[in-house]
Amino acid sequence: MKYILVACCCLGLMHVSIAQVDSSLFRRIPRDTSFGKSMNMDAVYNRPFLSVGKVPVATGGYVESDYTYSTMDGISEGHTFRIPRLTLFIASSLHRKIKFLTEVEFEDGGKEVSIEFASLDFMFHPLVNFRGGIVMNPIGAFNQNHDGPKWEFVERPVAMTQMLPATWSNVGFGLFGKKYSSSWAFGYELYLTNGFDESIITNTRNRTYLPAAKNSPERFMESSNGQPLVTGKVALQKKSIGEVGISYMGGVYNKFQDDGLVLDEKRRVDVVAVDFNTTIPVWKTRIIGEWAWVHVNVPLSYGPQYGHRQYGGFIDVVQPVKSGTIFGFSRSVLNAACRIEYGDWNVGKFEETGTTIGDCFYAVVPAVSFRPTPQTVIRVNYRREWSRDIINNPSSRTAIIQLGISSYF
Amino acid sequence: MRGLIIGVCVLFSIIFIVSCDSVMPASLEEDQLLDGPVSGLTGAEHRQFLLGDAAFNTEIFTGQSGLGPVFVATSCGSCHAGDGKGHPFTTLTRFGQSDASGNKFLAQGGPQLQHRALPGYSGERLPDGASSSRFVAPINTGLGFMELVSDVDLLAMADPEDIDGDGISGIVNWNTIPSYVKVADGAVSHEGKYITRFGKKASVYNLLQQTANAYNQDIGITSSFEPVDVYSHLEVDPEISTQTINNVVFYLQTLKAPIQRSTEREEVIKGKDLFVGISCEKCHKQTLRTGNSHIAALANKEFHPYSDLLLHDMGSQLDDGYTEGTAKTYEWRTAPLWGLGLSPNSQGGSYYLLHDGRAHSIEEAILWHGGEAASSRQSYEQLSDADKELLITFLKSL
Ligand code: HEC
Ligand code: HEC
Repeated sequence: MKYILVACCCLGLMHVSIAQVDSSLFRRIPRDTSFGKSMNMDAVYNRPFLSVGKVPVATGGYVESDYTYSTMDGISEGHTFRIPRLTLFIASSLHRKIKFLTEVEFEDGGKEVSIEFASLDFMFHPLVNFRGGIVMNPIGAFNQNHDGPKWEFVERPVAMTQMLPATWSNVGFGLFGKKYSSSWAFGYELYLTNGFDESIITNTRNRTYLPAAKNSPERFMESSNGQPLVTGKVALQKKSIGEVGISYMGGVYNKFQDDGLVLDEKRRVDVVAVDFNTTIPVWKTRIIGEWAWVHVNVPLSYGPQYGHRQYGGFIDVVQPVKSGTIFGFSRSVLNAACRIEYGDWNVGKFEETGTTIGDCFYAVVPAVSFRPTPQTVIRVNYRREWSRDIINNPSSRTAIIQLGISSYF
Repeated sequence: MRGLIIGVCVLFSIIFIVSCDSVMPASLEEDQLLDGPVSGLTGAEHRQFLLGDAAFNTEIFTGQSGLGPVFVATSCGSCHAGDGKGHPFTTLTRFGQSDASGNKFLAQGGPQLQHRALPGYSGERLPDGASSSRFVAPINTGLGFMELVSDVDLLAMADPEDIDGDGISGIVNWNTIPSYVKVADGAVSHEGKYITRFGKKASVYNLLQQTANAYNQDIGITSSFEPVDVYSHLEVDPEISTQTINNVVFYLQTLKAPIQRSTEREEVIKGKDLFVGISCEKCHKQTLRTGNSHIAALANKEFHPYSDLLLHDMGSQLDDGYTEGTAKTYEWRTAPLWGLGLSPNSQGGSYYLLHDGRAHSIEEAILWHGGEAASSRQSYEQLSDADKELLITFLKSL
């Protein structure tokens, strides 16, 4: 029997520490021998877990820490050391068809503690699994597959974290499933969860900003407006080519009524994302990309400050330049990598002048990473970013040097 | 081994580019920036400047922090980006007053239109029959110097009867001031009114009044100074602390004056002679003086705003039919020309000049001059193309 979850947990076919995707492995959980290259949707289970003896509970986690030196238009705030996140996960098998997994994240040195994921999965059929609890909304691929040690870059991709907004998880229920043959795999996910609130268009960023909704302390206890957010994704994977996914997330975000009284019309937020990843076989070059489009119904009388449309994404190219034994680490890899990212927070033109609204950025991030083991990475990044304010005044230029370490434990 | 070498090379090249200056972006030249304090502030003054800077440039108001519910923009910095002139998307509209008898539309939301609103609310509409004028945000630099020019100096520059017969009069705006405004030492008053100088109609007394007013009318934020909410017209709790307002006022007072560029260039020097020669400088006064101040860096200093802070008849083409204080509808305060050449850096690469941003180039702004400035404009029109070029080059150096 090809238990879907076991499949999720199995080793990727090409896991061998090219990293940024399938670097990580369950250590004690039996592998499936069938084609089981895991997809992005499996990322929550596709992690190194430790379990003791026959206890059906496995645990693990990862940590990220970095050094940053940044300069914006010649002004530097100096040297900074950070521990942006430490994440713990616990998984358990309650039954061979019932799994539980939770992920608890301590952000910014423990200043914020959040449950990123806590869900019970019931398998009725490989194509019909029921999941409930705090689920990761399957919008894009980064949101599902965001563990620090999997990436060659210190910073998470800006468009995916500040537009989508990874990591974005909510309380809800839904279905997922996967079907595969020896060379193809197809996966789908469909959830109903709590959603966004009005803070996405009224926040101190002065721009439409979906992550603002994450600040609401009540969002795990009640919906902001009683309207579920629908998130769905389908993904297709071809062995030795790669995976593409297309996902959608949408719902009403505003509190249009209270106590039965109408406050405003219903206003929606809709997001579409596409993601892909592939490996060029000869050179083992890994290419990963994602792009998202956000559409928010912003009241016209609110003015152009908060955009109706946004889009952005990134593309990462990771080239292993040396693998084998380096400094005595027998399975180590040295990668050269580069990320290019772009984001436009406010797509459109000013009514008053007919000129283009700015509020956009692009960045280029060359990087070198060294993986002494598949689950651990030391990375050096140089980030050059150009960003424009809403009026499209001359760009401000930022340069950031980062040295980071990240590892599963 | 080959891979290791490649990796090490890449690493070293990164370290190399990083250590080279062009890769860590260099700072802009001081004379390209409007933001920044006057020199000579003390450490304690720098602290207060930074607090005001944060409140002015980075504090964004939302529904939770008191924005609106009707408003024009969400922060001071939205309209005065980098302390420079504003972009037409934040242009504000004032309405309801046509002469010195005052604003007839206060009950209908005057004097300022808050045309934007929080979700679920509607913005204000211009009431029928109200005269109105549109204002694009002016440059916000060197205001502390402008605040310290004595009333006596202003009156000395004014020439209401045009006694010197040069066709240029220049008058002060006499206006009533709110009770929270403390009058400066040596202030001159006339029938309970004072000489006001800020704003395009020179209708505001000082930077405290301008700031409290801007929070209230532009952002919909009430304070202990301006406690009446623009939406409900009722007195409500202050939505910003008095200390924050004081910090912002201090910030405005201590913002440096724009630094002129290319002062040594021959074209600039010749252009400046033409500027004086064709009487532009009769209104756009090059040099004014401050009086005493508790901020030592501002006291008794000469500065170069290229404005006399007086009102001038600018002719019928610039007459919008709206006014403030005792100014006539066709009278405007001489726009300070300092920082003029940097306008595109805060206006999204374009020029939007004159009170409502109607002029899209410096030349266009000059050609709109009428009234007292008509003969000066004609002199400009009669200049050769080369001389016009020199004059504009000078103006862009400001
Ligand atoms: C909606 C856009 C907008 C916002 C927001 C705004 N301003 Fe202004 N500001 C203007 C305009 C337009 C004028 C010209 C007003 C006039 O002529 O009366 C102006 C004038 C001023 C002046 C007078 C400058 C001079 O040369 O006389 C000061 C000082 C000032 N603003 C400060 C502020 C402060 C402080 C804030 C935040 C509390 C602020 N502004 C917010 C648009 C804005
Ligand atoms: C009679 C006084 C007077 C004279 C003479 C005069 N100006 Fe002006 N100028 C003004 C006033 C008042 C304004 C503001 C008008 C408005 O806001 O609509 C102004 C505005 C301007 C502006 C636009 C500035 C801005 O920030 O929007 C420029 C440029 C300018 N003048 C240049 C000149 C030049 C060059 C001359 C000489 C050819 C000249 N002016 C002569 C009074 C004068």
